[in-house]
Amino acid sequence: MTPTVPQAVMEAIDLAQSYEVTRGLLAKPATVKAVAGISFALAPRSTLAVVGESGSGKSTLARMLTMIEKPGTGALMIDNVDVADADAGTRRRYRGEVQMVFQNPYGSLNPRQTIGAAIEEPLLVNTSLSAAERRERAIDMMKRVGLRPEHHGRYPHMFSGGQRQRIAIARALVLRPKILVLDEPVSALDVSVRAQVLNLLVELQESLGVAYVFVSHDLGVVRHMADEVMVMYLGRAVEHGPRDAIFDDPRHPYTRALMSATPVADPEAKKERIVLEGELPSPFDPPAGCPFNPRCPLAFDRCRRENPPLEMKSGRMVACWAVD
Amino acid sequence: MNATSTPLLSIRNLSVTFATGRGPFRAVDKVDLDVAAGELVAIVGESGSGKSVAMLAVMGLLPWTATVTADRLSFDGKDLLALTPRERRKIIGRDLSMIFQEPMSSLNPCFTVGFQLREAMKAHLDLDKTARQKRAVELLDLVGIPEPERRLKAFPHQLSGGMSQRVMIAMALACNPKLIIADEPTTALDVTIQAQILDLLLRLQKDSGVGLVLITHDMGVVAETAQRVCVHYAGQQVEMQDTRGLFRDPHHPYTSALLAALPERASGRILPSIPGVVPGLADRPAGCLFSPRCRFATQTCRTIPPPRAGADLGYALCHTPLVDGHPRALKKLEMPA
Ligand SMILES: Nc1ncnc2c1ncn2[C@@H]1O[C@H](COP(=O)(O)OP(=O)(O)OP(=O)(O)O)[C@@H](O)[C@H]1O
Ligand SMILES: Nc1ncnc2c1ncn2[C@@H]1O[C@H](COP(=O)(O)OP(=O)(O)OP(=O)(O)O)[C@@H](O)[C@H]1O
Ligand code: SF4
Ligand code: SF4
Ligand SMILES: [Mg+2]
Ligand SMILES: [Mg+2]
Repeated sequence: MTPTVPQAVMEAIDLAQSYEVTRGLLAKPATVKAVAGISFALAPRSTLAVVGESGSGKSTLARMLTMIEKPGTGALMIDNVDVADADAGTRRRYRGEVQMVFQNPYGSLNPRQTIGAAIEEPLLVNTSLSAAERRERAIDMMKRVGLRPEHHGRYPHMFSGGQRQRIAIARALVLRPKILVLDEPVSALDVSVRAQVLNLLVELQESLGVAYVFVSHDLGVVRHMADEVMVMYLGRAVEHGPRDAIFDDPRHPYTRALMSATPVADPEAKKERIVLEGELPSPFDPPAGCPFNPRCPLAFDRCRRENPPLEMKSGRMVACWAVD
Repeated sequence: MNATSTPLLSIRNLSVTFATGRGPFRAVDKVDLDVAAGELVAIVGESGSGKSVAMLAVMGLLPWTATVTADRLSFDGKDLLALTPRERRKIIGRDLSMIFQEPMSSLNPCFTVGFQLREAMKAHLDLDKTARQKRAVELLDLVGIPEPERRLKAFPHQLSGGMSQRVMIAMALACNPKLIIADEPTTALDVTIQAQILDLLLRLQKDSGVGLVLITHDMGVVAETAQRVCVHYAGQQVEMQDTRGLFRDPHHPYTSALLAALPERASGRILPSIPGVVPGLADRPAGCLFSPRCRFATQTCRTIPPPRAGADLGYALCHTPLVDGHPRALKKLEMPA
């Protein structure tokens, strides 16, 4: 269990999601456990980073947190109300509290909609503000993210990738949500523009007090942004704890491999790389026991029989039989 | 390799101009590059700075709207610009091969992986059918694909992103090239798979003396693999240095700002970012192309294109190259505006 954070803005309890997938005409449909039981508590004004291999369930988790998808099982508490199981009206009410920013700044904006209309849209759908009030709120948010008021009437194609990501952030924040879920928000950006957007996120967190769930595969970015880090593998959290504990002393063998495989921007750094064998196993038939055992350099008998629970060890939650 | 041997690839003053609806657009502007056998040179730079286009020009793979000029464009002692298309095809794909930026779009979805690999060999290698099949199995094994025989029968969509990327690498290796140009070969991959692929490329470079040009935006990958780095900005090559020197003492203000903007190298919560964006066709400045974003820009920078410094200053394209973070000639010329 995750230790409860006082006044968490969001609490996920054992969230899970499976998909039925048809595979060809003859094969019978198979079930993918995209997310298999994730729990955390998010403190206000804090950042939880979610990292993990492609296909480990990060985006699926993000879609559940933003109520784009209803969780298969589990509870999602916002302000002590379980929105996972709530009726449509309640879900709509809380949807304004959690907004999402996607990876692709090109795909997430409608090319035929002006920037102003895109940013005002959530206000139109979720509030009863007048047109003049909506415009005022939109322009205020545009200024906060570093866009100019005269951009209001322009179309997405007139903006660079970094500017489009600013537009997406403005749109996500215009309802003043308590929580922003960002799925790879800077992966498509150049180093220089990435720094601008990261700075913007830091400033907005300080001025608006918004909490972030930050999905990223870039550990340099994660270390810079996160208060807490959750490492996912095949739909599960394998390690979760304070940033410094995870980065300075990773304990799960997968976290260690991930960290050692991340190139360091310092040609003079000496490092030893743990090269993993094989790839992420098929999510259709995950291995018995610990899901990491086919690739784990430390795997022993028990790992192939029993799945280790996520337990508090050495100041973080970790799921591994070999960690004491 | 002896010291007097000519570099495998030698480029001088390469420029590429596209004819566009809004007039000519210079995507690559006077780029130089030498790559020797067994050497790994990285090209880094902002998106749209002409990294891919420069290397596609070398491969002869640009559309007809592109005009390519160069004082020298030679590979393995042969002048690529003087070759007939047929002579060129003999070299391209055999001695000189490329791993493209998007694996999914460069594999043909209609044919099996094995078919595509064998076809690549058919054009360039004198092997019979069984020998080609055997080599195809070897190649997939080499790039770390488990159960190679089975995978050869797979279609591209049946492979994960990491696997199709490795198939692309296997194709690039099929004819024992002397030089491989790898354009963002690991960008779409997970770091654990990226590490496997980089190890493979480094092994080829060390063991077989293959020359490598690696285009990437990942400064971590550069630091861990390259011997030398070229930095591109808005089509120009603004700096070239050996890797350690570049990270220790970047001479061009863009390189310096690029490194400072890395979260890994930051000390505070706010990163020293570069304001603004790369100039486009419509807002290309008169003097130095970096001047609208450069914190060291002077009036001279805004009006006069900068000269190229010598090797000791990383061939920096700058009026006042940096030494230990400070503009060198600045004191003598004028103070920053
Ligand atoms: N709508 C869906 N239908 C069927 N399977 C799905 C669906 N969405 C996700 N999956 C599967 O669930 C698993 C988790 O996918 P998800 O997109 O959440 O991973 P991710 O961690 O975000 O990966 P990436 O880093 O590549 O974005 C994958 O095996 C994926 O194929
Ligand atoms: N066929 C073309 N016609 C016109 N312009 C083109 C064409 N191909 C590329 N360009 C332009 O040339 C410039 C350089 O593009 P290039 O693809 O080389 O950039 P890059 O440095 O590889 O960027 P990235 O890091 O995003 O891959 C860009 O501005 C691009 O829009
Ligand atoms: S439980 Fe066993 S297989 Fe799983 S990570 Fe720990 S040591 Fe490795
Ligand atoms: S020439 Fe001037 S503007 Fe250009 S990089 Fe050098 S100092 Fe900056
Ligand atoms: Mg995802
Ligand atoms: Mg490119």
